[in-house]
Amino acid sequence: MNLHEYQGRALFKAAGIPMPDGDVASTASEAESIARRLGGTVVVKAQVHVGGRGKAGGVKLAKSAAEAGEAAERILGMSIKGLVVQKVLVVPAADIANEAYVGMIMDRDSQRPVFMVSPAGGIDIEEVAEKTPDKIRRLAVDPRYGLLPHQALGLALFLYPDIARARAAARIMEQLYTVFTTNGCSLAEINPLVTTPDGKVMALDAKVIIDDNELDRRPDLALLRDDTAEEPSEVAARRANLTFIKLSGNVGCVVNGAGLAMATMDLVKYYGGEPANFLDIGGSSNPEKVVNALRIITSDPAVKAILFNIFGGITRTDDVANGIVTATRQFKVNVPIVIRLTGTNEAEAFRILKDVGMTALSDMDEAVRQVVALVGAAA
Amino acid sequence: MSIFIDKDTRLVVQGITGRDGSFHSKQMIEYGTNVVAGVTPGKGGQTFEGTVPIFNTVAEAVSKTGANTAVVYVPPAGAAGAVYEAADAGVRLVVCITEGVPVMDMTKVMPYVRERGVRLIGPNCPGLISPGASKVGIIPGNICAPGRVGIVSRSGTLTYEIVNHLTKNGIGQSSCVGIGGDPIIGTNFIDVLGAFNDDPGTDVIVMMGEIGGTDEQNAAAFVKAKVKKPVVGFIAGQTAPKGRRMGHAGAIISGSSGTAEEKIAAFAAAGIGVMKRPIDVVELVRARLKQ
Repeated sequence: MNLHEYQGRALFKAAGIPMPDGDVASTASEAESIARRLGGTVVVKAQVHVGGRGKAGGVKLAKSAAEAGEAAERILGMSIKGLVVQKVLVVPAADIANEAYVGMIMDRDSQRPVFMVSPAGGIDIEEVAEKTPDKIRRLAVDPRYGLLPHQALGLALFLYPDIARARAAARIMEQLYTVFTTNGCSLAEINPLVTTPDGKVMALDAKVIIDDNELDRRPDLALLRDDTAEEPSEVAARRANLTFIKLSGNVGCVVNGAGLAMATMDLVKYYGGEPANFLDIGGSSNPEKVVNALRIITSDPAVKAILFNIFGGITRTDDVANGIVTATRQFKVNVPIVIRLTGTNEAEAFRILKDVGMTALSDMDEAVRQVVALVGAAA
Repeated sequence: MSIFIDKDTRLVVQGITGRDGSFHSKQMIEYGTNVVAGVTPGKGGQTFEGTVPIFNTVAEAVSKTGANTAVVYVPPAGAAGAVYEAADAGVRLVVCITEGVPVMDMTKVMPYVRERGVRLIGPNCPGLISPGASKVGIIPGNICAPGRVGIVSRSGTLTYEIVNHLTKNGIGQSSCVGIGGDPIIGTNFIDVLGAFNDDPGTDVIVMMGEIGGTDEQNAAAFVKAKVKKPVVGFIAGQTAPKGRRMGHAGAIISGSSGTAEEKIAAFAAAGIGVMKRPIDVVELVRARLKQ
């Protein structure tokens, strides 16, 4: 789960990471009064889950409270890469002497939290890693002992030759490590970490991604989810306990299991179609899930045909068949449905569908070819 | 022949009285798995289905029944604790089926099991099966048949799809291992490829990967350097968008890394026969079995 910058700042602040003062606003007048309280020049920053906010016009400098209000007026409601800005962060414009990068990710290979630091801050770290890998230092931390003092100072000295600044940066790294481990992050990033002309070191940005698996035991973090920052269909799916990702094609897909769901989308593409979505109904075979899945998929006007691909293991195919029948009784499905069912209770499933005049296939390849042909004919 | 589990597997089920644990325990017993004990704290002294003794702790289950393998059906909040307990009780293999285990927990579980010489499979996996001998986890036994093809996969139902094609075409399996879809897992492709390479009962290996991370690329390099047997591979997620978690916690393209294209290219470069469609597994495996 991605956090907004202002939410990440709150976690950073709780851990003691020095940051410029500032606050979040939902209206231009709120932004103006925050700017008045801060005094001087401020930066008004769009709070959206995409990179490149600055280039898109979502970050503006304002020399007065009135200007801050005007900037917020322009940014709020603006659409950046398809996401509408609902909130802005107002912070004092910092006087920057130097920019560095400090980030942490959960690393799959070492199976540990890993620090990445670079004296080349303020830019895309992937680009730095590719073009000038010697400007990045990595350190995998053993979570049993945490970030040790000499490790933190070693990383910090790579950023700042000056010991006072290095000590301040080392302390920030220890604080960032606390943020990362106590909140179950998969990413926590300060880009840039800046030094001011008077020698202070502080975080100017806060990017945090929380491991979704943490949210069950951390309701306080789960509350930070911003439904307005997501596709409405994906929000509806999550509430129905479905894993759904909207795509741009026209073949709706309902599949059990994530790997099979991806393979089904790939096969649709292989036969010349375009998947409209990724959807995993999961292992349990509650007919209600199937009804919800169909409701979400049919609400997308781009969908021209729907493909069910169910391999019954734990999932009972008769439950899925019942779900399809129930759904078509509850609301009208105006596009053709191609059903592939095999595995647990398939004979019963085929009978349930036959009773209402529907048919099913048992072969995945054939079902995908059929649904792609149907979409081709409709186009 | 098989890897990791066989007729000598003596299984203790952690969470045997839970909804998933009890359902799958019945299925495993029906398949012929030697389920020697169950563990549910507070239900020690009772029996499961009138035959399997239930204990309060894994240590007690191991000392009373000689269990050598544990399977975990405990909900996510208690899953890491269940793995620690099994590792301390002295089993040699722990299979964690649970989906939704916090990744931070796994960073601590991994050094713990490693220091004790215990193999962990999963979490978020369907488990494994050695057809005709033993099954630990949730893979449907009826789609498998004994044979000489080793299967290793990051997914569940996609594995069933592929195994089903093989079985229907008369091609049996030595073992099928689902390693799980999470970013940090106990047993990776290389571990399983190495075991199949050393298993005299396996002639051909089928490897099913997906987007996210570099485990497949590392596995391809390992195949080229070490594996003497032919390998056939599949990568799911060619149509997956970047930066989105595709159901499995580990199935995500981060930045520009972990794409299907780079994994398929790594497979091809290592001489692995790449399936374009799941159904292609039959012809590719058949050709290599004849070699």
